[in-house]
Amino acid sequence: MKATRKLTAGLALGLIALVVAVDLGSGAVPNPYRAPPLVALGSGLAAGGAHCAALPRN
Amino acid sequence: MTDITASPAVTPGFQRAALIGAAIAVVALVALFVGARFALLLAIGLGFGVALEGLRFGFAGPWRAMILRRDPAGLIAQLVAIALVACVAIPLITANPTELAGAHAPVGFAMIGGAFVFGICMQVVLGCGSGTLVNAGSGNPVSLVALPFFAIGSFAGAFHLFWWTDLGTAPLVVFSGTGGLAVTLVGLAAVGALIWWKAAPENRRVPRRLWIAAAVVAALALANLIVAGQPWGVVYGLGLWAAKGASILGADLSGSGFWMAPVNQERLAQSVLTDVTSLTNIGIIAGACLVATWRAGLGDALPRLPLRAWIAAIVAGFLLGYSSRLAFGCNVGAFFSGVSTGSLHGWVWFAMAFAGSVVGVRLRPRLGLEQRR
Repeated sequence: MKATRKLTAGLALGLIALVVAVDLGSGAVPNPYRAPPLVALGSGLAAGGAHCAALPRN
Repeated sequence: MTDITASPAVTPGFQRAALIGAAIAVVALVALFVGARFALLLAIGLGFGVALEGLRFGFAGPWRAMILRRDPAGLIAQLVAIALVACVAIPLITANPTELAGAHAPVGFAMIGGAFVFGICMQVVLGCGSGTLVNAGSGNPVSLVALPFFAIGSFAGAFHLFWWTDLGTAPLVVFSGTGGLAVTLVGLAAVGALIWWKAAPENRRVPRRLWIAAAVVAALALANLIVAGQPWGVVYGLGLWAAKGASILGADLSGSGFWMAPVNQERLAQSVLTDVTSLTNIGIIAGACLVATWRAGLGDALPRLPLRAWIAAIVAGFLLGYSSRLAFGCNVGAFFSGVSTGSLHGWVWFAMAFAGSVVGVRLRPRLGLEQRR
């Protein structure tokens, strides 16, 4: 039986499931009651800064 | 024909309804257990995945088409999408500089070199930042192999980032306000005109599909900015996944100024389900998989490639991640979001990555990535 893209697409989904499972398993459990407002614009909160273009300073 | 159609109990209609139901269920679970904003960002990511795969809107492929066939359609669509975002994003960020952040980064030696290397590698694996996610989600084995190494490379590049930026970095240049928007739109029009002039006369047309794709991708990118407070990005989330994995395995990140910065320490301590780029990355992979399944496009046999092609995918995957950290983003974070939010580095990234792509297009067949048997 020839392997198809069904296998590799399934592995890709498995990869993200693994990332989320390991993350939750390591104790990084989110708390929905401390979630920020639905939309950043108009929230009064500062943008987070965790972005590819950000150059953080200690 | 899919395997599903072989079963009389599962019709394509039922399968498609199940796909939509599953996507809605996952978003609802995130809303319930993580928060409404994070569910909305996952939904935006799913939208990106559906749009990019469903409307075949990409970056690496259109650049390749321009280089090899002088076909400008995909590249023009990219510029239109960026212009649409810029028209809203630059005034919004100028008016709300605290709540909304642009993809603003300085130009420097490492940034320039990183963009050039990224351009080579994105043509080797024929997938950029978003393209690698979309291709992996739709079952492309080369992208699936490259993806984990992309994440490791992004982590490593971020680990060393300050060493690289200390080699020489110019002050930040941002085009803001009405004047900044005008500069950006004139620049995009000039690049578009140059591409149109260089295009083969018989290829000088843009299919309706790409106009729709440009509008949809622009709308999603603006939604990303307004909901998250930051523009669409890819690379940060991948590096964060690898950094979390390294931490769990006992790696010491205290030697890295980047990963020890307060904002990144906070991201490392909190769930990936609360990280903006992680959520949209997950959504892009899942959305592309949804479209590929919807189209019954997962039945194709996997290509048989020589060993050197798989090694090239691993090396290029790592370099995609590493170089995009030095370049302050990939085609999404630096080019699309950088230019559309007024950052000079987005323009420099485009020039250098396109030059790298010219090299990469010629390198790809030599690495066995086009030898399919």
